[in-house]
Amino acid sequence: MKSIVYETITKQAALLRSGEMTSEALTLAYLEEIERQEKEIDAFLYIDKEGALKKAREVDAKLSRGESCHPLAGIPMAIKDNICTTDMPTTCASKMLEGYRSPFDAGVVNCLREVDAVILGKLNMDEFAMGASTENSYFKKTKNPVDLERVPGGSSGGSAAAVAAHMAAYTLGSDTGGSIRQPASFCGIVGLKPTYGRLSRNGLIAFASSLDQIGPMGKTVSDVAMVYKALAKHDEKDSTSGESESFTVEQLLDKSVKGMKVALPMNFLSEGLDAGVKETVLHAAKVFESLGASIETVDFNGIDAALPAYYLLSSAEASSNLARFDGVKYGYRTETFTTLEELYKKTRGEGFGSEVKRRILLGTYALSSGYYDAYYQKALKIRTMIAKTYDALFEKYDFILSPVAPSTAYRFGEHSKNPVEMYLGDIYTVPINIAGLPAISINAGYDRQHLPVGIQLIGKAYDERTILSAANAFEASKKIWRAEQ
Amino acid sequence: MSYECVIGLEVHVELNTKSKIFCGCPTTFGSAPNTQVCPVCLGLPGALPVLNKEVVESALKAGLALNCAITEDGKQDRKNYFYPDLPKAYQISQSEKPIAFGGHLSIQTEEGAKLIGITRVHIEEDAGKLVHEVSGGTLIDYNRGGVPLIEIVSEPDMRSAAEAKAYLQKLRATMQFLGISSCKMNEGAFRCDVNLSVRKVGSEQLGTRTEMKNLNSFAYVVKAIESEMKRQIEVIEAGGQIKQETRRWDPAKGQSFAMRSKEDAHDYRYFPDPDLMPILLSKEKIADAKASLPKLPADYIHSFIDQDQLRVDMAEQLVKDKLIAEFYEKTAQMVTDKETLANLIIGELMKTVEETEESLKVSEKEMAVLVDLLAEDKINLSIAKKVLSMIPNTEASVMAIIDQHDLWPITDVATLTQLADEIIEQMPQVVSDYKAGKTKALGAFIGQMMRKTSGKADPTICEAIFKEIVG
Repeated sequence: MKSIVYETITKQAALLRSGEMTSEALTLAYLEEIERQEKEIDAFLYIDKEGALKKAREVDAKLSRGESCHPLAGIPMAIKDNICTTDMPTTCASKMLEGYRSPFDAGVVNCLREVDAVILGKLNMDEFAMGASTENSYFKKTKNPVDLERVPGGSSGGSAAAVAAHMAAYTLGSDTGGSIRQPASFCGIVGLKPTYGRLSRNGLIAFASSLDQIGPMGKTVSDVAMVYKALAKHDEKDSTSGESESFTVEQLLDKSVKGMKVALPMNFLSEGLDAGVKETVLHAAKVFESLGASIETVDFNGIDAALPAYYLLSSAEASSNLARFDGVKYGYRTETFTTLEELYKKTRGEGFGSEVKRRILLGTYALSSGYYDAYYQKALKIRTMIAKTYDALFEKYDFILSPVAPSTAYRFGEHSKNPVEMYLGDIYTVPINIAGLPAISINAGYDRQHLPVGIQLIGKAYDERTILSAANAFEASKKIWRAEQ
Repeated sequence: MSYECVIGLEVHVELNTKSKIFCGCPTTFGSAPNTQVCPVCLGLPGALPVLNKEVVESALKAGLALNCAITEDGKQDRKNYFYPDLPKAYQISQSEKPIAFGGHLSIQTEEGAKLIGITRVHIEEDAGKLVHEVSGGTLIDYNRGGVPLIEIVSEPDMRSAAEAKAYLQKLRATMQFLGISSCKMNEGAFRCDVNLSVRKVGSEQLGTRTEMKNLNSFAYVVKAIESEMKRQIEVIEAGGQIKQETRRWDPAKGQSFAMRSKEDAHDYRYFPDPDLMPILLSKEKIADAKASLPKLPADYIHSFIDQDQLRVDMAEQLVKDKLIAEFYEKTAQMVTDKETLANLIIGELMKTVEETEESLKVSEKEMAVLVDLLAEDKINLSIAKKVLSMIPNTEASVMAIIDQHDLWPITDVATLTQLADEIIEQMPQVVSDYKAGKTKALGAFIGQMMRKTSGKADPTICEAIFKEIVG
């Protein structure tokens, strides 16, 4: 019999309600899967077996009393380790925060607790979410369940791998420049980066505050829509928090693709990307056409400026956001020091990994007096320009179809020696964060090495419905592209 | 060659909002260390600031009261630097777009009224407090971290310690009248940094300035300015150059010491705080705030001069403190001799209020009784002072105090004549002096009379009696 862990959330929730299965049994099934695979995958930084089972039994009691429960009640999930939880450590996969316990739950964790989600544990990531392969974790390297020789993508690599390996029904990731969408593509799952501000950032340990956004990762579009709906709540503890999602889960998925106008930026497909990725995107365009959408090719101006602007803005903000890790109040502190200056220097020198330090240096430089106008200010101008480009496109089109990443999952160490090479992999994802738009990454093909290839649907701000519906229709068509062998 | 000093002041005013600027923690002064903190004001990972609207309203009031233009789309910026009292390693402040800018405040100087330019008024969060242990360690109390401040920056328009003091007093009174701060200097609720340079009189060019930090009393400001001006002139006269630096005033030593030079100055790397939204103030909101400003020192001064016919300098004195101004205004409605009231307040009550920053111990009604007695010559000034000094320690009325302590003046001519006779008999030398034309000798008689009567003898009657007897 096929294990329950392979089923969708909808199916699992139905089984819990019909009494055919308990949340405890479901949770145990996931814990067994973790037991079986985690040694190889290394997706988790912390597993809370007791807490998960306790919650599961609570939900079972509620269900047996006939209390009404949210569809996500009793469904086991896991959380990226940069999202604060009171009952588990939150480390950002950094030596700096090894063993750190937050005294408060993140806004999205509050939402999860409200719906009685079963939280299995915390997931590996690139240190402070800086990276695209999860190789920058201080603790461990997460393997891609599709091919253990390859990276799962990043920075939410643990979140993607846990879903792909069926070690959690769904997970939460965070996306500052592609960190949900790219690992979703690499691992062949679904990842949604909602509109900036749609999910509360309260309790998300900041990388780049104006770009960070939490989002759900799951096996199917409807799973992801269900989680998104439960978390898309206004939070007064986050000044940048937007409005709650007003559509129901069904409405989020039911908008007809027929008659939708889709923009396909051809200059994204001209150079620097794998053939398999290009083929998958072109194939997907045909699928959408077959579903009744009309595809028009466009040129996306300013794409060249997006990447440098992103690295300036995100690093500038990071240099300030990460300044608080100074060894004074919590987290790592150097063993010996004689002056305050030495405490700072040694703590930060020893506590941060090299990618984090690189970005802090870059960001500090970009904000320094004399350089501010040339770098930070200029990047802000590019940000405005990119937002305008999108505005213009969305006057005409319902969504934009694009690649997620130029390549499929690569081997460990393949790009980690050269940071710029790694940064180039973010080319298709960062403009969306710069403009604060929603985008979903879904699997649409397999390249010659049988590695999953994702496509990205980008929508108007606060219009998650259009891209969720289109992704749902695409998924239902089951027209996945496969490279000829 | 004479020098003049050029002074600009940066004043930090702690607002009296119930909660902190970015979280719900209380702002009460003097609580046990680290009992008024939360993840937000401790800057814990993941915690986000949410602006307290009351802070913006207070800053708006301050800006309007200081005749400033108001920014309709304000921004909050991060000021980045490492120090243990700053838990996020950045202070949320305002750089490019402060709440208010380009205003002025009028002060009274020896040469008359003078306008001091206000460069800007911006909001920011206070830092925590380092407590250095005798044993050598340092502890941090974050209770003050996140307490809302407004920083008021003046133009370099002041030319003396007296002008700086007058500006600070007027500014403090204005903040008090607005009701946005306790302004208690001994609690750090009103503190001042002094930017000072000197130049030769007549020179248009500004000299190199130094900055002196955190002066928390008017007396320190005056002393620090005088001492720094002297120091700078001495350096220049000796052929040296002033270094641009930050100095710390040591009130115990009465000197300032260099803290850090320009080369060591922080590059604060200001940039807009992405966690916060723009501060939008519509024209309507600004107009409403302007219309609902409370009565300010300038308004009180006008009414004291126009309605009560007080002199300008007296009116200025009375508005130095909100308590005093309100006390005067209420009491003045009950008395006819406003000038006597004003003099008694300025001469007797002002100092105590300024020194203790505590409320007045005398009621308006009792004060009015006292002023009427004085105005009608039923008591003299020295008795009035004595009564005032007794009021804080008793619950008795003015009349009861005078009765109980037998303070009524002796006006009975027969009694006073008898005493005068005794005095004259005991002081033959003074009598001959007086007869020799030394009219001042009369003072000795009256002095002796006061001693005999514990100050109760009516001096006018006494003078007449002595003149008649000796004359």
